Amino acid sequence: MLNETSQLLSDSVERIFSDHVTKECIINSEKGEWPKDLWDEIVNNGLNLVLVPEELGGVGGSWFDAGILFKAIGKYQAPIPLAENITAGHLLSMGSIQLPENSIVTILNGDFSIKDNKFSGISKRTPYGSSATHGVALITNKNSSKIILIPIPKGSISNDKNLALESRSTIDFHDVEIIGSSEVEFSSDYIFKIGALMRSCQIAGGLEFLLEQSVQYANDRIQFGRPIAKFQAIQQELAVLATHAAASGVAADYACLSMEDGCEDLAIASAKSRVDDAVSICASIAHQVHGAIGFTYEHGLHFATRRLWSWRAEYGAGSYWAKFLGEKAVASGAKKFWPSITNGKI
Amino acid sequence: MNTPFNFHLTKFSNEAEILRSEVREFLIDALKDIPKETRAETWYGADENFSKKVGEKGWIGLNWPKEFGGAGRTSMERYVILEEMLTAGAPVGAHWISDRQSGPLIIRYGTEKHQKELLPGILKGESYFCIGMSEPDSGSDLAALRTKAEKKDNVYIVNGTKLWTSGAHRCQYMIACFRTSQEEDRHGGLSQFIVDLSLPGVTIRPIIDLAGRHHFNEVIFEDTEVPADMLIGTEGNGWNQVTAELALERSGPERYLSSYILLQELVNEFSSRNDDEGVTEIGRQMAHLTTLRQMSVSVAGMLDEGANPALEASVVKDLGAVFEQDLPNIAHRLMGLEPDANGSDFQRYLAILTQISPSFSLRGGTREILRGIIARGLGLR
Repeated sequence: MLNETSQLLSDSVERIFSDHVTKECIINSEKGEWPKDLWDEIVNNGLNLVLVPEELGGVGGSWFDAGILFKAIGKYQAPIPLAENITAGHLLSMGSIQLPENSIVTILNGDFSIKDNKFSGISKRTPYGSSATHGVALITNKNSSKIILIPIPKGSISNDKNLALESRSTIDFHDVEIIGSSEVEFSSDYIFKIGALMRSCQIAGGLEFLLEQSVQYANDRIQFGRPIAKFQAIQQELAVLATHAAASGVAADYACLSMEDGCEDLAIASAKSRVDDAVSICASIAHQVHGAIGFTYEHGLHFATRRLWSWRAEYGAGSYWAKFLGEKAVASGAKKFWPSITNGKI
Repeated sequence: MNTPFNFHLTKFSNEAEILRSEVREFLIDALKDIPKETRAETWYGADENFSKKVGEKGWIGLNWPKEFGGAGRTSMERYVILEEMLTAGAPVGAHWISDRQSGPLIIRYGTEKHQKELLPGILKGESYFCIGMSEPDSGSDLAALRTKAEKKDNVYIVNGTKLWTSGAHRCQYMIACFRTSQEEDRHGGLSQFIVDLSLPGVTIRPIIDLAGRHHFNEVIFEDTEVPADMLIGTEGNGWNQVTAELALERSGPERYLSSYILLQELVNEFSSRNDDEGVTEIGRQMAHLTTLRQMSVSVAGMLDEGANPALEASVVKDLGAVFEQDLPNIAHRLMGLEPDANGSDFQRYLAILTQISPSFSLRGGTREILRGIIARGLGLR
């Protein structure tokens, strides 16, 4: 049961993605083409501004609303940096910086420095760096954090791609003019945590897609004179896929809801660790059920599975976040273990 | 197709969190003298004195309506009591079944006489019920059950055997499903009865499990005369009543917390070691625990909203059983210690949980049955 804003966002994103994110759109994007129509439609509907407060011209939605959009990106394999732009909107709003008109923003990953109001440093594996017009970075010193908005200079980008052929560029900033800068109260790993949250939700959406596709395929594919869905061996496998897809959806939702009470380590780390486990199981089952056809480029299953295999490693693999949780748990000790689960805080 | 599951997350109210503190406070004292093995058994462990204390606190029947003597509180608040008791290793086994399903069944289908006579004892933690479903030739295939109840004047004459009846030897009553007629539809002709286990013609024999414990029983009925007014619900409607009962049986925190103590003990063991592999595995299990809890709580929230989360409950139970079955193996792998009933605390926990863990994916519906239910929900059957 969604509230009105959530329902509206959910309906809009489903409509836009089912209209625009065709197989052709994804294939063209893998070849390096920017899906302009799709992006324009997203921007015209303000979906990139879901976390920007209304007084700054945004939607004023919640993290749960953002999660709906993150999941849809995974479900449709939308080849655009919508998650990154939503997050950028949040980060900039917290510093009261306006998103520039007609911008495509990305999140910068790296160690950066500022000298004489000029920005320098190398951002690695930058999502959609090849299309982005602006970048957002967080610079933390001992006592303070600054959120920075800078343009991405042409000529500074070396393009690379992840397994899903999504742009992951290296950008070399050298004394670049800063457009916006503002003190914020973020910890140095804040962007990394939000990144893990984004990817967890995207993965949850991708797993939903694997489930739908696999059920559909099992009902359509005839072998031994009947749909393979009628075989118990297939039913049992798909049931397992379904349970892990459901768990991932819950883990992602919990992480989003925890953002409303402040950025909670337990929920975000649990989500990334949990969905990573689910990817291993679900991708394996989905490919097994699809047989040889699912292994071809022609069939669309891999648009999801290649994303899932990339995303589970981005912003900390499951093992990174599991270690993070485990270290906190053993440091607090056994007596505080159960209370930390019920409080949702470690 | 849209995903057939509907897990929307629910938060606990302030009242529920206050109740949580009260339960924690209560357990410190109430569990002082409970041995380690019993604590590791959680809801397999039974202690009548403990159950009476819980009854005195008013924590049995917490979510039953007030007109039936319950506290009229929410399923979410009841959930708090359950999860706190299970994680603390409280021996809740004596009253567990009557609180979870027998009482609610009597409230839903029972006559006023049943309710007046039976509910007060349950609420006090003095009157215990067992479940009479499985039989020698009726396990997963419940509709194959053969124990007959034939009406004669104002009694039903019962002949047959119930098997794997947990706790029958310490219960006063069984809620049993018997065949009252032979119908073409194999789900037809079943009826539920409240059977006083002290009636003549009832024999309870222990079945010792692989850990050497007396938990299961075989309950034999030989021309047992059950008063006709002890039929509960509608004659011939047993299948539907039992199905509703199973939904209550599958969603609770007991479906993923059975081995919880091992995870807590691992946290304890690894607090003083420098071992990345162990710490990472603990964190990974925390992630599973955190997620399962949110899923299970969400089902409790749906019950409060009057929804029927039977499919979601099957998802939680299947994932939960895998989780609680994995933990003894993970504990073994990380610690490399022999499970030993006379060893350290950790070894004693490991001994009992390693042995009872095969039952986690059998009781309350086998893994294969649950996955079949999920597959049906997906439109595959």
